[in-house]
Amino acid sequence: MNSESYDEMVKKASPDSPLLKDCIRAFAVGGLICAIGQMLTNFALNYGFDERSAATFTSVTLIVVASLLTGMGIYSKIGKFAGAGSIVPITGFSNSVTSPAVEFKKEGYVLGLGAKIFVIAGPVILYGVLTSIVVGMVYYFAGR
Amino acid sequence: MARHTGAETVVFSSPVCITATASTVGTKEGEGPLGKLFDRVLKDNMAGEQTWEAAESVMVKDNFGILFEKSGVHPDFLIAGDLQNQCCGTNYGVRDLNIPTFGVFDACATFGEALALAAVMTDSGAAENVAAGVSSHFCSAERQFRFPLELGNQRPPTSTYTVTGAGAAMLSKNGTGPYITAFTAGKITDYGVNDANNMGAAMAPAAAECISMHLRDTGRNADYYDLIATGDLGCVGRELLLQLLKKDGTDIADNHMDCGIEIFDKAAQDTHAGGSGCACSAAVFAALLYKRLKRGELNRLLLVPTGALMSPTSIQEGESILGTAYAVAIENEVIKWNI
Repeated sequence: MNSESYDEMVKKASPDSPLLKDCIRAFAVGGLICAIGQMLTNFALNYGFDERSAATFTSVTLIVVASLLTGMGIYSKIGKFAGAGSIVPITGFSNSVTSPAVEFKKEGYVLGLGAKIFVIAGPVILYGVLTSIVVGMVYYFAGR
Repeated sequence: MARHTGAETVVFSSPVCITATASTVGTKEGEGPLGKLFDRVLKDNMAGEQTWEAAESVMVKDNFGILFEKSGVHPDFLIAGDLQNQCCGTNYGVRDLNIPTFGVFDACATFGEALALAAVMTDSGAAENVAAGVSSHFCSAERQFRFPLELGNQRPPTSTYTVTGAGAAMLSKNGTGPYITAFTAGKITDYGVNDANNMGAAMAPAAAECISMHLRDTGRNADYYDLIATGDLGCVGRELLLQLLKKDGTDIADNHMDCGIEIFDKAAQDTHAGGSGCACSAAVFAALLYKRLKRGELNRLLLVPTGALMSPTSIQEGESILGTAYAVAIENEVIKWNI
């Protein structure tokens, strides 16, 4: 049997992820996280923050809470339930930085935690920065 | 004396006895369907240590301790392995035991390899008693092969759950059985599977080829065995194994079980396709199958530990996941082979 026909066999034998269920859960939890974010923003605006500061307050709060939940072993359970719903919002980014920090702390603060903290988030940061440079250049030259 | 037969098989006409087995598992395995059968269930998976890796080594050491006590002998050699880089789980576990050790690695098929080599050593007279043992730990395996434990991601239905545990067997020339009567060493197979979340698919062809070759080399039919027990194919791998063997004209649906499917309650314990890891086949053999052989509920067992060979580096560099398997025949009677 060759690889191609075996691949067909594997596809038939492997159950698919429950896409509809996953989508509904992702939608609900992702929406909930965003709704909480909006509540935080409104709360900040009511207390006299300007729009920019209110957005920063919201991001920082969500990041800190997600980081705490990761350390307490709760965020992985939310992630298991919600999938992309808890990965895509900024809380997911926080989780992807905190979880290696927790994991690799045992290997030391420099070569363990320090070196490996961005093992998941690193690509997002690198390509995020690269993309913003490209977009910035386009904006700079097209905007003249 | 051991004799090479057919293409890949070695047969033993004099007794190579498994005199005792020992099993230790983690908390989740202890809560599973076979929980009561294991010699020891950890109260927590850290085993009183600071790291998962150290916890695995404690299991290795304590499990060999249980084996030595049950068998009443101190072996001449250990043949042991695990999933950690450079077999660290084993090496740190046996450092205080003061017994010469062969470190072996064949991923989750390591127990098959260890049993086969231990049988040859015992049979040849190179040693009176040889202990074969393996271990794995869910958390140390996740760290080495996958993501940090606290990362909030989802595992696909085809993924398996690494068993936390250790399993070991003592082999000796003297004893009342069961006996290792033959083994078939599998070839490395490559069917181009590159999904690290579908190890069952990577290993099923290796198991099928190994079982087919064993039957061909020994002239036996599949129904000769009361039970053919694969290591950790899981639900997907089992399905593929049955299909592959059927294409070959062999039907083992009625006398096949997979240790990875048996060790967890898939629905209640959320383990997806089943258990995996070196300890999966070893602990289930030690706790369940060996006892059934001893009680005479089984007389002819073909134990087929299966392994998926890869590393995070090989996967990232685009290599496929290789498969391997060992078929070890364990029977209540010594066979006078004349093939």
